[in-house]
Amino acid sequence: MTDIAIVGAAQTGYRRRIDDANFSEMVYEVTSGALADAGLSIDDIDNFITVSNDFWDGRTISSMAVQDACGSSYQGGRNVSTVEGDGTFGLLYGMMRILSGAYKTTLVVVHCKGSEGNMRQITNGMFDYIYTRPLGIEATAAAAMQARCYMDRYGLTEEDFAHVSVKNRGNARLNPHAQLAAEMTIEDVMTSKMMAAPLKIHDLSPISDGAAAVILADRNTASKLGRKPVWIKGIAHCSEAHYLGDRDLAEAPALRDAAHRAYGMAGVENPFEEIDVVELYDAYSYMEPLWLEELGFCPRGKGGELTRLGATAFDGPVPVNPSGGVLSAHAVLVAGLARVIEATLQIRGEAGERQVEGPVELALAHGINGPCGQSHCVVILGE
Amino acid sequence: MEKSELLHLQVVVELPYRWAAGRNGSLMLKALRDEKKIIGNRCPECRKVYVPPRAVCGPCFIAPDETVELPATGILAGYSVVNYPFIDPETGEKRPVPYTYGYIQLDGCDSYLSHFVNETDPARLSPGLRVEAVFKPDGERVGQMQDILHFKVSEEKGG
Repeated sequence: MTDIAIVGAAQTGYRRRIDDANFSEMVYEVTSGALADAGLSIDDIDNFITVSNDFWDGRTISSMAVQDACGSSYQGGRNVSTVEGDGTFGLLYGMMRILSGAYKTTLVVVHCKGSEGNMRQITNGMFDYIYTRPLGIEATAAAAMQARCYMDRYGLTEEDFAHVSVKNRGNARLNPHAQLAAEMTIEDVMTSKMMAAPLKIHDLSPISDGAAAVILADRNTASKLGRKPVWIKGIAHCSEAHYLGDRDLAEAPALRDAAHRAYGMAGVENPFEEIDVVELYDAYSYMEPLWLEELGFCPRGKGGELTRLGATAFDGPVPVNPSGGVLSAHAVLVAGLARVIEATLQIRGEAGERQVEGPVELALAHGINGPCGQSHCVVILGE
Repeated sequence: MEKSELLHLQVVVELPYRWAAGRNGSLMLKALRDEKKIIGNRCPECRKVYVPPRAVCGPCFIAPDETVELPATGILAGYSVVNYPFIDPETGEKRPVPYTYGYIQLDGCDSYLSHFVNETDPARLSPGLRVEAVFKPDGERVGQMQDILHFKVSEEKGG
């Protein structure tokens, strides 16, 4: 349990291309939205975290280029720090800034436009430039190897993964922010274009533009606001080796470790029983069952079965990605904070049509960064 | 002792982008291209006029809501004559040296616009000089900052 709460949140709609807003215009939209949601004004924010990536933005020090738009240059300027990584890492950093005692509130804002650069070249750019990058590997080819390793280890099938795409794209129909929403069949996924075996186009998240913001506050400030605070009950960030050849891709020990630490903070002993809704970073269909295993929702190798039996369905015992998840909208970096926002809305009971049944007292949100989920952030949110 | 050979990898990384100018940027670039006009906007709070038009007035944290058409004339507020070659991001070729990079305050504007000035003799440049935008001819403007060729030093004396 921490003494930090999410008191405001906003996100853009996620689209293949947002042409009527540049980075500043998107950041201003979600910053204003989060302030309005919290019932706060810019005067009330004393610390700012901006999250972005220079390769995606096509500029150096991209996170320092939205200061007008996020409000950190208000009245001559406030404290601002930057994070290059997933939005959840920005959330963790923002929380720690408040826990330092120096600040009462923090705005965390993240932006990314996948449409403006070249996804394959940019994700190729994350690999080692001497040994790996010249061979052309990029995010999807790397993910395909991970999917293959995972299948081979436990005898999983491509159909197991197709179930995830069908579920999440179906859930997305209830989420006005989602980019890809469709009523699909297993066959639709199985017969879709092969991209990098075993991954087909419907196993892949889309290229998206978007931005998201949350406002964090300390206990004293959060308790005085009219809106119900959503508490960060547990949070942890762990990372494993960068070089894929040094990793066992059928496992995600960094996620296991992050989950263990976050559960410890939140007092969670049995996640399947205790957590009411899960929003995780399913950049590719196979990631959802693999992450669920490492998060302790089922034994190793049983993630596919969990989905096939409907346990993760919208009306199942543990709905996973009722928003449609990252498979339905993938503004890189933004997607992790979007998971946090979706979990927050579920706890508030304000998720609209995508609100899951029953009271949501405890939710899990998850963000990743790096090839094949190199680093993971697990956030446990609650009333 | 024999030195071991140390290798390196030399590559040219091409990373194409298609940046959205957004609502405010599109307004300005269209006016440059179609009307040879410079467009800014005004903050409703502090009344400052910004060029290029901003999504937000940073100090007030409010969206400027009034479009302002500015004259092509102003003063040279700051400048430097650059003497080293630079690869022009537009052409990929070396930009001829020397060239003058300036910050220009258009008449009626509170912010500064950065652009080239067509005078490269430091002895003939001074803060406060009157300058005027020279546009590319009709048919050659495409909706980018280089639709303004440069700012030329005016004959009239600055105040």
